[in-house]
Amino acid sequence: MRSDNGFKYFSLSVIWIWLTIFALLPFILVSIASFMNHDESHIIQLPFTLAHYGELNNTIYLKIFEKSFYLAGFCTLFCLILGYPFAYIIARMESSFKSLLILLIIIPFWTSSLIRTYSMITILKPKGIINSIMMWLGIVDKPLPLLFSDIAVVIGLIYNLLPFMVLPLLTNIERLDNRLIDAARDLGANRFTTFRRVIMPLTMPGILSGCILVFLPAMTIFYIPDLLGGSKSILLGNLIQNQFLVTENWPLGSAISVVFILLLALLLLIYWRSTRGKTQGELL
Amino acid sequence: MTSNIIELRGVSKSIHGHDILQNINLEVHNGEFLTLLGPSGCGKTTLLRLISGFETPTTGHIFINGKDVEGLPPHLRHVHTVFQSYALFPHMNVVENIEFGLRCQKLPKNEIDRRVAEVLKTVKLEKYATRKPEQLSGGQQQRVAIARAVVNRPLVLLLDEPLSSLDYRLRKTMQIELKQLQRKLGITFIFVTHDQEEALSMSDRVVVMQEGCIEQVGTPRQVYENPENLAVAKFIGEANIFESEIIAIDGKLITVDILGRRRIVKSTRPFSVGDKVHILVRPEDLRVWDQKETEGDTADMFPGVVEEVIYKGTTVDLMVRLFNNKLVAATEFFDEDDDRLEYAIGEQVWTTWVSGWEVVLPYEETVTA
Repeated sequence: MRSDNGFKYFSLSVIWIWLTIFALLPFILVSIASFMNHDESHIIQLPFTLAHYGELNNTIYLKIFEKSFYLAGFCTLFCLILGYPFAYIIARMESSFKSLLILLIIIPFWTSSLIRTYSMITILKPKGIINSIMMWLGIVDKPLPLLFSDIAVVIGLIYNLLPFMVLPLLTNIERLDNRLIDAARDLGANRFTTFRRVIMPLTMPGILSGCILVFLPAMTIFYIPDLLGGSKSILLGNLIQNQFLVTENWPLGSAISVVFILLLALLLLIYWRSTRGKTQGELL
Repeated sequence: MTSNIIELRGVSKSIHGHDILQNINLEVHNGEFLTLLGPSGCGKTTLLRLISGFETPTTGHIFINGKDVEGLPPHLRHVHTVFQSYALFPHMNVVENIEFGLRCQKLPKNEIDRRVAEVLKTVKLEKYATRKPEQLSGGQQQRVAIARAVVNRPLVLLLDEPLSSLDYRLRKTMQIELKQLQRKLGITFIFVTHDQEEALSMSDRVVVMQEGCIEQVGTPRQVYENPENLAVAKFIGEANIFESEIIAIDGKLITVDILGRRRIVKSTRPFSVGDKVHILVRPEDLRVWDQKETEGDTADMFPGVVEEVIYKGTTVDLMVRLFNNKLVAATEFFDEDDDRLEYAIGEQVWTTWVSGWEVVLPYEETVTA
């Protein structure tokens, strides 16, 4: 009993220390930096100022925010539409194929995401595989300008992030009680109603965690728009990266990060409130 | 128009080359309480799933309300199931669970509300309308599951061992409630159980199943008092089985040789002299007398030694070792005729039964009684 408690406190404190050092502390540093000044000779310096937050109220930055949200949202939706049936079929499988298919989802993780993104270039470029096949089939006359476009960024994001959608869904759907589906069918629900009223609500935790796991990186992975989107495609990720590494305007980069984090926190809070309010209402 | 709400004709089912059900013919009368009784693995749940449409028969036909339902998916069959695990939707409260079927039928809102309120009252759950299933006790969940099915007014309600996960006392209460509910609603119930006591006390008719076959269909009294074969006799209730041979037949009266003693038994089955038979005597029909009570008249009695005495309140159960080493069970009731029920272990007794209370069955080779 005593050693059990000891282990509990130990593991909990490890998590708290880890989170404090690697999440809370950096966030505080970034927050402080966002309020500081900057000139050519100093990366950051006193006194404190709100100027960088004012700077953000600029159509260019707002456009980038909007476009990032839009692309990440689209990418998340697409991952969900692709990933859900995929996860569902694998989760419901009873053959020995199942573990093989799960392995196939995981294998790409063994290679660096950066290297896989480079390989996307060879697939998408004018003389790449996709264009060659489409020309050979006579679907197009000349190569489509796939590379260095928003389409390439979205394809790259979906390719990289799909497993993050599939895996939480897979574990959630696997836990789904088959007898509930039988019960719904028995009570007169057709396949669509069964899905809408029973399967979907019960797999909502998987859907939400999948969406969060896809949406967050989609907003911030900077190397995918960098490599596949070309110079035209500036998203939030590369915007922040540029402020730190190219223009060396740390306070502005920090201010963008802080606004972004607060925005996401707000979204999560709204989601959390909505679900919590619901359960409370249902308890009455 | 027949009064059979469900008919199964020559239905069999095999899964992966393994026969689950073989040539099942069954007629379910409209409005009756029918029980499928059998040990686990005898195919009774599969039979239920064939009727509800979750499984398709390998051969044969199923008729619901006179219509062949071949190829009809579960949601288009007007039968509903109460599952063994209840399978209540955990994300919906009691009312949402109950109205699920009605909403699938796209009934108007006020009609749904009216019927849900009505059924909630029937199952006495008005107070729990907005609770989630996890906030209910086993018995309450059970009632929600029943309400969720009967609110749709099915032609037939299928109940798959619905009481098996309740404790003994609650099970007894639910048995009575279910029976009352069935009478009140007038809906045909097909009830699956492996508990023979439950089957006997609740059903209008019992279907005894064994290894994918129907052994006997009859009223509880018929299957208990006149089992058609040894399998039924041994599955339903306790039975003392004697091997015997027919010596003479005089109409319904048959003289047999049991353990070297001649006895006259009664049977309407066609037997001939020399046939080997099993004589079946229920423990409650077996009388046990001590030396004094017999008054010396022991011609058709079997001597034995009391080996175990189990006091059960309303009865005393005795295990008696007969002279040929056969162990028989006897249940003695407290009544005015026999006020001396205190037997000692090791006491010499005589056992007998009233002629005609036994069941004579054809000899079956496999039995090791």
